[in-house]
Amino acid sequence: MAAPGSGPPRSPATRAGRWVVVVAFSVLLAFPFYWMVITTFKQTSDLYDTTHNPFIFGAAPTLDHLRLLFGETLFLRWFLNTTVVGAAVVAITLALAVPAAYALTRLTGSWGPRVGMGIFLTYLVPPTLLFIPLSRVVARLGLQDSLWSIILVYPTFTVPFSIWLLMGFFKSIPRDIEDAALVDGLTRFQAFLQLIIPISRSGILTVVIFTFTLVTQEFVYALTFISSASHQTVGVGVPIYLVRGDVYFWGSLMAACLIASLPIAFVYNLFLDRFIAGFTVGAVK
Amino acid sequence: MRPSTRLGVAMFAPALLYITALIGLPLALAFLYSVGDVTVGSVGWHFVGLRNFESVLQSPSFRRALLNSFVFTVATQVIVIVCANVLALALEAPFRGRGVVRFLVLLPWVAPISLGAIGWKWILDSIYSVINWTLVHLHLVKPFDAPMWLGDPVLAMASVVLVHSWRMIPFSTVILLAGLTSIPREIPEAAAVDGAGFWRTHFTITLPMMAPIINVAVLFGVIFTFTDMTVVYILTRGGPYDTTQVLPSLAFFTGILGSDLAEGAAISVFLVPILVAIALLMLRVAHRAEVV
Repeated sequence: MAAPGSGPPRSPATRAGRWVVVVAFSVLLAFPFYWMVITTFKQTSDLYDTTHNPFIFGAAPTLDHLRLLFGETLFLRWFLNTTVVGAAVVAITLALAVPAAYALTRLTGSWGPRVGMGIFLTYLVPPTLLFIPLSRVVARLGLQDSLWSIILVYPTFTVPFSIWLLMGFFKSIPRDIEDAALVDGLTRFQAFLQLIIPISRSGILTVVIFTFTLVTQEFVYALTFISSASHQTVGVGVPIYLVRGDVYFWGSLMAACLIASLPIAFVYNLFLDRFIAGFTVGAVK
Repeated sequence: MRPSTRLGVAMFAPALLYITALIGLPLALAFLYSVGDVTVGSVGWHFVGLRNFESVLQSPSFRRALLNSFVFTVATQVIVIVCANVLALALEAPFRGRGVVRFLVLLPWVAPISLGAIGWKWILDSIYSVINWTLVHLHLVKPFDAPMWLGDPVLAMASVVLVHSWRMIPFSTVILLAGLTSIPREIPEAAAVDGAGFWRTHFTITLPMMAPIINVAVLFGVIFTFTDMTVVYILTRGGPYDTTQVLPSLAFFTGILGSDLAEGAAISVFLVPILVAIALLMLRVAHRAEVV
């Protein structure tokens, strides 16, 4: 009998087929990251020698590209900027989305879910439609080329998404808990603060992680609103400012891509199941 | 108003205000700009009717970008949905090393796309492309006749499609995987007992049951592809000669780099019909799910 979850019994052929598919996709999908690793540690002369086998080290590995990246570029500054923006956007997102999601699940009766769907649809309005008018708004507010511009604008995509995610969480909390608290003399708002928020810790943590990763992924707004290299985020700074004219410092560039990608990838992976649950449960029960 | 309703309004109001001010208002402005005459330095706004749309529609770059947007979206989604189905099916059952495999196949989705794309730019380099090195050493192409991936219009478009597919496959796979694991085990097992083979079970039972979740994956995929300019911007900047331009990237080059906010807005407004269609489909999918 097949093990639970392994589906119908499968022939050796399908098992071999699966093995081929898994290996092929792992190689194809992860290859650019392998390529970043090898480029990071290759000497420039080795990198640009077309007679060398590019898959292996043709000369001794080097740390020069990393030294250049950390010593002579704004990479650390971009990292810091991204962290600051991420933290600020997380704070704004939580302040707006947590109460809103609670109100929509518990306090609005029948129109709550419908408004929730409406909120979710605003998540589908892409930055590429809004960046032109927002560039004007940002200029009017005197925020161009400042981190404040993206701190103000990024919640446009993190808030709708987080409200949607949190509504799913709040729905799963039994109503009895709040009812008991109300009988004990707490107000509805106190019950929200003292009971619901602590119970939803994991949902809130999920929102924090996904808000932060959405911020690190964003490209169009940072490219449009921020003009000086020192105010840039990692996602735009690396591909735009590590290229001097037509000269690509491939070693340092790939090192930067790798270092900026991996920590985000690790954290995201830990929370992925929740993210999917939020995404799919919302759209299809 | 009941006290709890009042509290509900108070708790919801800040988010609603923010969304109205920074999504609703700019959306309205995008439409206003598209029928006005704003540039980066200009003050005031004059109604110019459909002039921007006329001028945009007459531009060959725009017509190419419009066509490219559809090619880009449809080609990417076909590749993604086929690959994601195959991969989700392969990853469904537990096996040793599944955690590692999952991490590896998810990397393209979880890493910032601009950084993944710059990785590809190096892989597709005109002189040092590792793909070309491999092709040459397998004697599939001649050393001085290797493809210029980002320099030839057709190859450049193919590269953009493939890199975006690379980025979208993990996302669709995970959504489909979630759908696959929600199908009650007994159904495909019963089919197997009744003598249905793997493919037959897959196409007559599993796929139809997965239809709603595949819809969700496709709808999100279309949104993320049709409205994205990151891959195009990093890989080709719309080149060679605007042959890989898509609507969002052309809007960026026209509206921001070219300072013509009105024409840029007119170009981006062409995204709206697709977004509305997707939103309606999304509502239908959600509605149907609620009825079940």
